[in-house]
Amino acid sequence: MAAAQEKPAPNHPQHTVSAFRILKKERLTPVTNRFVLDASWVARAAKPGQFVIVRVQKDGERIPVTIADFDAAKGTVTIVVQEVGRTSKLIGSLMEGQTVLDLVGPLGEPFHARQAKRVIGIGGGFGAAALYPVMRALSQAGLATEAVIGARTREFLVLEQELAQVCSQVMPCTDDGSYGFKGFVTDRLKQRLDELKDLSEVEVVAVGPMPMMRAVTKLTGQYKVATQVSLDPIMVDGTGMCGGCRVTVGGEIKFACVDGPFFDAHQVDFDECVRRNKMYAHEEKLSNAP
Amino acid sequence: MPLKPRRKTGMPQQPPKQRAKTFEEVNEGYTEARAMFEASRCLECQIAACEEGCPVRVPIKGFLKCVSEGRFQDAYDLIKSANPLPAICGRVCPQESQCEKLCHMATRFHPVGIGHLERFVADWERQHRSKTPVAAKKLTGPRVAIVGAGPSGLTAAGELARLGYHVTIFEALHEPGGVLRYGIPEFRLPKAVLDDEIQQLQQAGVEIICNVIIGKTITLEQLTKEMAFKAIFIGTGAGLPRFLGIPGENLNGVYSANEFLTRINLMKAYQFPNAHTPLKVGEKVAVVGAGNTAMDAARSALRMGAKEVRIVYRRSETEMSAREEEYHHAQEEGVIFQWLTNPIRVVGNDEGWVTGLECQPQKLGPPDESGRARPVSSGEPPVVIPIDTLVVAIGTRPNRLLTKGGELATTSWGGLVVSESTGETSRSGIFAGGDAVTGAATVILAAGAGQRAAAAIHQKLSASGNGQAVKKTSGHA
Repeated sequence: MAAAQEKPAPNHPQHTVSAFRILKKERLTPVTNRFVLDASWVARAAKPGQFVIVRVQKDGERIPVTIADFDAAKGTVTIVVQEVGRTSKLIGSLMEGQTVLDLVGPLGEPFHARQAKRVIGIGGGFGAAALYPVMRALSQAGLATEAVIGARTREFLVLEQELAQVCSQVMPCTDDGSYGFKGFVTDRLKQRLDELKDLSEVEVVAVGPMPMMRAVTKLTGQYKVATQVSLDPIMVDGTGMCGGCRVTVGGEIKFACVDGPFFDAHQVDFDECVRRNKMYAHEEKLSNAP
Repeated sequence: MPLKPRRKTGMPQQPPKQRAKTFEEVNEGYTEARAMFEASRCLECQIAACEEGCPVRVPIKGFLKCVSEGRFQDAYDLIKSANPLPAICGRVCPQESQCEKLCHMATRFHPVGIGHLERFVADWERQHRSKTPVAAKKLTGPRVAIVGAGPSGLTAAGELARLGYHVTIFEALHEPGGVLRYGIPEFRLPKAVLDDEIQQLQQAGVEIICNVIIGKTITLEQLTKEMAFKAIFIGTGAGLPRFLGIPGENLNGVYSANEFLTRINLMKAYQFPNAHTPLKVGEKVAVVGAGNTAMDAARSALRMGAKEVRIVYRRSETEMSAREEEYHHAQEEGVIFQWLTNPIRVVGNDEGWVTGLECQPQKLGPPDESGRARPVSSGEPPVVIPIDTLVVAIGTRPNRLLTKGGELATTSWGGLVVSESTGETSRSGIFAGGDAVTGAATVILAAGAGQRAAAAIHQKLSASGNGQAVKKTSGHA
């Protein structure tokens, strides 16, 4: 047979053979873990702000997870997963050396700053993990970067050190004042916006729970500061096929999986996002029942 | 000529009341005796008009003769020489508008049950095939990449593997099959049938890699430059759902048919919570549209426990595009058909859940660009149908994930532009076929396009000295 110069495909994921191995697991908070996975093709293609869809096992659910880091040379993808539902708890129970059956991506559009010179990243809870690769890329591109991260208490704050390496300053906040600023990220952001005299070239990017992103959007609206939020609606395929993740932005229907996940915050219909995310609240309870 | 029975031999099936509660296959298939009897109804016309009606020209007359004589393996070999997916096409082809439409028996009586017989032959072969495990063949010819493991991709892969090419299919979802996996329900096409077709391809040496989205995970450029693929076939289908564009469409409880069916078929929501993906189906379901997908959604809704399921369609029964059998099955199972009813608004409650579908009654006007009578307002006042679940099944478009970059020429609606004879796109060495080119069509048309493209790829690679080691091209492709 004429198999001249036949090169084997590099880095086959060998889906059917080995799935995607967990090379490293690290507990960040009592309910949050960081996993480094062997997923070389995704690692090579990933860009800041994109996500993957993960399915742990046969008959498992497909869930979207933001790429928290990637290393093309090592062929690894890092995800940070907070245990909230059945699938995220299942992921949380996995140990180093175990595998997830399916991992596909990178999905969605990478983050792009809109002609800003200074970007303030806001990370609510484990949203700070998703913020990290975005801030790193912006910093590498020569933009001034800073981050406000918040959690209920100190033990739920994540990624402070990592963000400090790619931001000129990191402003941690806790609801109870156990660490950093006492109060919400919006309170700290307001202080910071007041400090900065010229806001014309400032942009805010917020990643975290819907109420927090909404509050940030309201605040930056008052300051007329361009803002993007990362929407995380319910998804099945992640490729534009099901339309389950549709969101209304500027009066138009968008699919968060292919048009997002980042959108102009001031155009987002948050009421609809919140409502649509509750669609399976009852089933989630059933699913989580012991 | 001996006297032939006028009526098509009945297909044994589960009784409607019983089957509307389960996802098990409705049709149970002919027995050998029934099949031989039905096949003997063939008039053995000098010119087999039925074959003209088949997009891949299955030698129908020949295979019917074999069946009538009880030579089922011979019948299978004949069908398989032209159609790579007989067990699937026997179940999902719209025979009444293809082969059976042209059957001479049909001019006065029922046509020969060609579809039922194709299915019988394929099922017979599957049951009688040697069960000894076969090691997958190792293909060492030039590499060809197939994008998408749906009907056109599977067909092209099978054909190219047969010719000796080293074929790799890249599939975006976690299981291969495309629309056969996520779209067509178990009660119409059991996954075991699909799995068998895929397993046969793998044994023939085809490599299938799931969880890879060409255009995202790997680019077309990487496939050709870094990974030594000599040709690419794109069979990415038409997976992007269309919505109605009416107010209230984002209310909770409104689904695209794609989402509704994917949750059921691919994710097995009917086994929730054992399978982890849920699907919320209320008591009163409306499905907008009247194609096969709409029938699948309506009948799936019944099986998910809905009490009242209706098809809402702005045109009339005559313009409906669903297969006859699906329409009949849906009627038997109790689906309500509301013709000449055009949805204009989805009504919701304070919590944002759908509670009704406001519709404008229609009447038929002069034909539109599709040649079908155009529905226009009848002038009657709008009505609100009380519902708690809405499924929008008004069609799909090709997904733009792969074409967004603009390297490949596309039509205004996103279909790939290809040479009609070869299936080659605007970029040399990259071919395409199936719904990605035509927009949503049938399994058999996609399979036909996969076959044609495979032949064209073979011709091109042979001419460039890349295909010299592979077998002679097949006659039928």
